[in-house]
Amino acid sequence: MSSENGKRLLETDAGCLNFEATELTLGLPGEPRVTSDGGAKLGSKRGFSETVDLKLGDNSQEVKLGHSLQEAAKSPASKTQVVGWPPVRGFAKRGKKSCKYVKVAVDGAPYLRKVDLEIYNSYQQLLTSLEDMFSCFTIRNYLNEKQIDQVNGIEYMPTYEDKDGDWMLVGDVPWQMFVESCKRLRLMKSSEAVGLGLKTAPKYSSTN
Amino acid sequence: MQKKTAYSFPDEILEHVFSFIQSGKDRNAASVVCKSWYEIERWCRRKIFVGNCYAVSPTMVIRRFPDIRSIELKGKPHFADFNLVPDGWGGYVLPWISEMAGAYPWLEEIRLKRMVVTDESLELVAKSFTNLQVLVLFSCEGFSTDGLAAIAASCKNLTELDLRDSEVDDLSGHWLNHFPDTYTSLVSLNISCLGSDDVSFSALERLVGRCPNLRRLLLNREVPLDKIANLLSRAPQLIEFGTGTYAAELRSDVYSNLAEAFCNCKDLKCLSGFWDAVPAYLPVIYSVCSRLTSLNLSYAPIQNPDLTKLVSQCPSLQRMWVLDYIEDSGLEVLASSCKDLQELRVFPSDPFGEEPNVSLTEKGLVAVSSGCPKLHSVLYFCRQMSNEALVTIAQNCPNFTRFRLCLLDPKIADYRTLQPLDVGFGAIVEHCKDLRRLSLSGLLTDRVFEYIGMHAKKLEMLSVAFAGESDLALHHVLSGCESLRKLEIMNCPFGDKALLANAAKLETMRSLWMSSCSVSLGACKMLGQKMPRLNIEVMDEKGPPDSRAESDPVDKLYIYRSVAGPRFDMPPFVWTMDEDFASELS
Repeated sequence: MSSENGKRLLETDAGCLNFEATELTLGLPGEPRVTSDGGAKLGSKRGFSETVDLKLGDNSQEVKLGHSLQEAAKSPASKTQVVGWPPVRGFAKRGKKSCKYVKVAVDGAPYLRKVDLEIYNSYQQLLTSLEDMFSCFTIRNYLNEKQIDQVNGIEYMPTYEDKDGDWMLVGDVPWQMFVESCKRLRLMKSSEAVGLGLKTAPKYSSTN
Repeated sequence: MQKKTAYSFPDEILEHVFSFIQSGKDRNAASVVCKSWYEIERWCRRKIFVGNCYAVSPTMVIRRFPDIRSIELKGKPHFADFNLVPDGWGGYVLPWISEMAGAYPWLEEIRLKRMVVTDESLELVAKSFTNLQVLVLFSCEGFSTDGLAAIAASCKNLTELDLRDSEVDDLSGHWLNHFPDTYTSLVSLNISCLGSDDVSFSALERLVGRCPNLRRLLLNREVPLDKIANLLSRAPQLIEFGTGTYAAELRSDVYSNLAEAFCNCKDLKCLSGFWDAVPAYLPVIYSVCSRLTSLNLSYAPIQNPDLTKLVSQCPSLQRMWVLDYIEDSGLEVLASSCKDLQELRVFPSDPFGEEPNVSLTEKGLVAVSSGCPKLHSVLYFCRQMSNEALVTIAQNCPNFTRFRLCLLDPKIADYRTLQPLDVGFGAIVEHCKDLRRLSLSGLLTDRVFEYIGMHAKKLEMLSVAFAGESDLALHHVLSGCESLRKLEIMNCPFGDKALLANAAKLETMRSLWMSSCSVSLGACKMLGQKMPRLNIEVMDEKGPPDSRAESDPVDKLYIYRSVAGPRFDMPPFVWTMDEDFASELS
């Protein structure tokens, strides 16, 4: 998916929280990681602001992925999915080996969604889809704020509960491992995520 | 001179006459002939169907019909199947069970569809209805195997337990052990939806072994292939069977046991299941193929030529559900082999993929429409369509009662002419005079709705997505479709005008669903004020209606007629636009 977001994202970097200590990477295994500094760091995790900036609420519905992530990703993102189309019944995916439905909660959104993790191949695809699903919702959020320019949505941090009941940041582990261990997703407001002591997996290296 | 009049019949005679009237519609008609017929009818009505659980309250039902033995209730709107109705919306069965527990101790049958059923509800059912024979939970959710255990333990007269497509929390596979050893009345068991830990196989075997009247058994995916032969040998009288996982390493002993077991099932007519099926084990069912009237391979990843070969062995098929792996070539074989075919459903193996993974096009459907004169019900997912094909199909099958076409790209045009598909669907409604259910897709303008309003006089349910250009489209449908009961619309540019102009029509329908359209909040409020017998429910995440502008479009709108007034079990994201609401704000 194309996007001309680099500039926009850099504008907002200043306004959001940098989690230098929890540098995450998102991208396909073995891909070179490009940070916003421009240098390539293999296997390192990046500050959160550089990973998934979920710009929920931008009307243009473009993919708002971290600048670096866009460059790292090779495979084209999957087609934007509309909730409800095609009209196939949710939990009984036909012809597929399995399906993995998990509930997705977004802080402040009254309703839960369900996604089938099996239909995505990467974090990028999952997060794109989540952005589309929740795009209408945050209009309230930025209307409640003071002078907010249209570009800025509220930032959310994607987190998930794993099999052991721990809340982890999305993107820590290889995609397949995530699919197997994820029990539910929660998009947490970045402002609330500070000091929550979310666990992170051991540093992921490209040799995995 | 003495006049003989209808009301000189003793009540008992009328009651006896009414006992021959089974259909709810006919009963309803009889009940409005005169007051005495109303009275007699209501005392002897035994079976009731409530298409929308919020259209009437349990109290009202009980007050009018004091002795019901069979009830069917439906909860959430149909689009809930496709994730469009958020969790917590409603459809709770507990209030119904609670009230019926006291009023209908002799209740025998409970059938629920798209309702939230808790373990507490199931426990109450088990405790209150000792005569329960049939429990069907179709697309329900909210309960676990604990609730099932309560049913198994208490319902000594249970003949049918059907959990079709429900979501069950797996807590323990041992609920089957709760059927006492003395319990032998099972006739129909559908546990195909259960997850991995839900079924204790040995308990299942013992249950099957001691129920000589078992005719229908649909297993869940986790039952391995090598266990099926044993089960079938204990129940050779089965008419309908759903396998579990149909994949295993090819072993000659397993193969021959299976083949023999199937061969001994002389009454077997319906097969389903086939999860993960591998071609190697397909021939074991060849001995039953010639008798099969219903075959559901929609969970089987079998491809051609194995798939087509199987289909060609089933000349008696009336109902066929299959994945698009069958391709056009397989459908041509189906068309030439299965002259009794009445219903065809072709599901997508890769619904979200960008590129076609199989060669299934409009040609397959055209072939079946041409070769199968009894075909009347179709659900077809594919990636391309043409007006010409649709016109041909319509001419071949004027007897269609249900026609649902789902193009995976919802706004795709006629691939040959690049025109909208208006003419094609127009032909369907024009030729198929008995059409009761229609789902549209593809590039469609207001034109198609004009055709629908003009011709689809028997249409009862219409599903629309990404279609139309203006309110005129919606107006055509609401003003023209005389028999319309359910209308569900997503992502169409329909606003206020058609709705407000046809407000009265909405009272003649069961329900209207509109999501991602352009109906304004103000229009919803107006409808709520004007139409007290409609519940206008607005679902929105953006906040309560009083915080938003009148011209704001609502996210989801669900309108249904009701004699029970607004409901009180709404979650925080649902608001009812009723008269009180509107007047509070003015």
